[in-house]
Amino acid sequence: MASDVPLMSASMKEPSNIDRRYFLIQSTAAVGTVGAGFAVWPFLSYWSPSEKAKAMGAAVKIDLSKLQPGEMLTPVVAWRGKPVFIIRRTEAMLNSIKETSLTLADPNSENPEMQPDFAVNPWRSSNPEYAVLLGLCTHLGCSPKLVSVGNFEDASGGFFCPCHGSKFDLAGRVVAGVPAPTNMEVPPYRFESDTVIVIG
Amino acid sequence: MAEANLEDKKTKIDEAMEWVDARFPATETWEYHLSKYWAPKNHNYYYVFGFLGIIVLVNQLLTGIWLTMNYVPTDERAFASVEYIMRDVNYGWLVRYLHSTGASAFFVVTYIHMYRALAYGSYKAPRELLWFVGMAIFLVLMAEGFMGYLLPWGNMSYWGAQVIISLFGAIPFVGPDIVEWARGDFLMSEVALNRFFALHVVLLPLLLVALVFVHIVALHHVGSNNPDGIEIKKKKDNQGIPLDGIPFWPYSIVKDLFALSVFLFIFLAIVFFAPEMGGYFLEIPNFEKADPLKTPAHIAPVWYYTPFYAMLRAATYPLFGMSAKFWGLVVMGGAIALPLALPWLDKSPVKSIRYKGVLSRWALRIFVVSFLVLGWLGVMPATKTYTIMAQLFTLIYYAYFVLMPWYTTVELTKPEPERVT
Amino acid sequence: MTRLLPVLILVSIGVMLNGNTWAASTVDWPMEEFEGDLKDLPSLQRGFQLYTNYCLGCHGLEHQRYGRTADDFEIPRDLVEENIIFTGQKVGELIKTSMPPVPAKVWFGATPPDLTLEARLRGPEWIYNYLKTFYVDEERPLGVNNKVYPNVGMPNVLLPLQGVQRAICEEGNCDKLEIEEGTGKLSVAEFDQVAYDITNFLYYVGEPARLERQKVGVYVLLFILVLICFTYLLKREFFKDIEH
Repeated sequence: MASDVPLMSASMKEPSNIDRRYFLIQSTAAVGTVGAGFAVWPFLSYWSPSEKAKAMGAAVKIDLSKLQPGEMLTPVVAWRGKPVFIIRRTEAMLNSIKETSLTLADPNSENPEMQPDFAVNPWRSSNPEYAVLLGLCTHLGCSPKLVSVGNFEDASGGFFCPCHGSKFDLAGRVVAGVPAPTNMEVPPYRFESDTVIVIG
Repeated sequence: MAEANLEDKKTKIDEAMEWVDARFPATETWEYHLSKYWAPKNHNYYYVFGFLGIIVLVNQLLTGIWLTMNYVPTDERAFASVEYIMRDVNYGWLVRYLHSTGASAFFVVTYIHMYRALAYGSYKAPRELLWFVGMAIFLVLMAEGFMGYLLPWGNMSYWGAQVIISLFGAIPFVGPDIVEWARGDFLMSEVALNRFFALHVVLLPLLLVALVFVHIVALHHVGSNNPDGIEIKKKKDNQGIPLDGIPFWPYSIVKDLFALSVFLFIFLAIVFFAPEMGGYFLEIPNFEKADPLKTPAHIAPVWYYTPFYAMLRAATYPLFGMSAKFWGLVVMGGAIALPLALPWLDKSPVKSIRYKGVLSRWALRIFVVSFLVLGWLGVMPATKTYTIMAQLFTLIYYAYFVLMPWYTTVELTKPEPERVT
Repeated sequence: MTRLLPVLILVSIGVMLNGNTWAASTVDWPMEEFEGDLKDLPSLQRGFQLYTNYCLGCHGLEHQRYGRTADDFEIPRDLVEENIIFTGQKVGELIKTSMPPVPAKVWFGATPPDLTLEARLRGPEWIYNYLKTFYVDEERPLGVNNKVYPNVGMPNVLLPLQGVQRAICEEGNCDKLEIEEGTGKLSVAEFDQVAYDITNFLYYVGEPARLERQKVGVYVLLFILVLICFTYLLKREFFKDIEH
């Protein structure tokens, strides 16, 4: 398309030092590219979470003293705008997690992406009594429902996603053969006291 | 061997280009507008401002789109959302200052570009339509700046818009209805803010881009004028190449790039070290949220409108049963519209100021001074002395145009050279 | 001819920046100069604390966040949450006043304005002088008046620190202010520092990105200088082809 030698008119002459010219073209192009790279950065950075988003995504403190065994905390709390399911599990529920009758894809939480290190265990929490899970299906992000029976083979229940039928047990572990690829995500959290939890 | 490979490779690229060219005029466009567009070799640095205008336009579009991502055009949140961008959004302050400084830069570049056209007679045949399209760009740019100025919803935004909209109330019979219609409310309110926002971010930018495109098409059809004001197309070699032409690509482009880097230095120095520019680029009363009950002590439009604003205020006498306010509108409208008549007002046999007579030379000088003085008067409070000065310089501004058919006819011109110098 | 324009433009810029009509509102008072220093973190930290103690009761900073301020002043966020925030807000939130706007209007005749942009609106010099020029005036409803902002409706909240200040009149000119000794907790110099710190803090709040802006700006301009060298050489190289 663009031939290297520009078209000439009568008032022009051939370049005298073509090497010098190519050197200058290349070095100017290099400097210009670096500059363009710098110029793009603020526009990309502009899209990252703002101070406001970070403030809204700050840690959430929740009092669990009124949560009864076998119940899920209602209304569902939000952390960074996402629903967080907190369930106080009964002894029976924990047993059904330990000796589950379901075929699970990742029963021991070996996928490191889906939980903090303290939750790499079958019940996927720091304190086995409390399950803390991001209430979003790992398939396409619908919010699953807590069901006790019906949709579940296991009597103790689990989570059922109405969008595409994915199933998770009461530790958020995904049942093999459903659309969701991984276990439900466990957010970072810590217990400030026995019944006060800080999420984030 | 290596050379043979290179040859092969070239053929591949050529083949690909042939494929494209059969379907889309890629090479043709490239040659027509760049590599075989012949720019006069005597172009001076006044001729980089068109290119700079395009760069500033791109800057305004990009930063504008980015600002729109966080700006909220409501009475409640407009002002706060601008401060949110300035504080909480990553590099929001930079994007915002690029946009606010870019607005002023747009007018600096445009005014110099227009002065260049005045000096070298670029509005004369065969470039009348090019000049008209350019004037249309200028008008749309003024509207764009005006609408954009309301968006931060500061107190100066508010009252500035209030004053300009009220102007139309001076139109006989229908004025008050027009004002109410334009605001969509009985005072400046969120209704006006919403429609200004829509026009500022959608309609007017689309128009600007389209007009700039047409401007370039018209330019490349007739060819560029030059400081000598003679047509290089008249002297061609046997291949049809103008003797005094140089290919726009790469020669004009490398010159434009150098000019661009100097421009960027000045522009970014303002962005990073003086974004308020002493209250001229960002006006101080605009750091206060719009308050319909409190007018700022001193109202002045942004600097790029002040010459026209001064002319508006210069009309202080009612005449023929019409109010002074009405005549102010007429005087200002006339001042903006008069340059459109330039192709017919200029009777000189030559284009460039270099070969025009002494009258034209002085007329242009005095015109430029009057425009700058009017600009200064537009920011000053309208005291008695200043008003008389504004009236005087408004007359001079008008005289430049109205007397042009006379002084371009009677003066002695110098002979134009055969070839560019 | 065409050399005239650049000259005229430079002259115009000179006129513009000199005859600055935007300069702080005309105040009939010999203003004491104020030079803000955003690198003086101890001053800013003190100003932050003074502001929340003495000003925030009425004047919010509704566009500025505690967290960002803490980060910029290099104060740990939890320290700010424990020691500076007393409105029960979280550290990520905007600095809001706890005063409800409607009774405020009844008490003072006007809602106390938000001060986020006060330093950009009136200039830090104005704030500094304003804080220092309250004086006793029995004719005013609150018993005080101000030299920089005559007949202001705000009480002198810094009075316990500064002490009682009176205007001394000599031959009808009342521009001399004197503090009654022993009425304030602080010496004159200490109080000046308090006024400075609060003003400096507001100067920061007006445009928190100012320091970063100037720092980035230096690098950007240096880079552009390099770019100018390259584009100039490139332009000169190509224009060797053109005969004049």
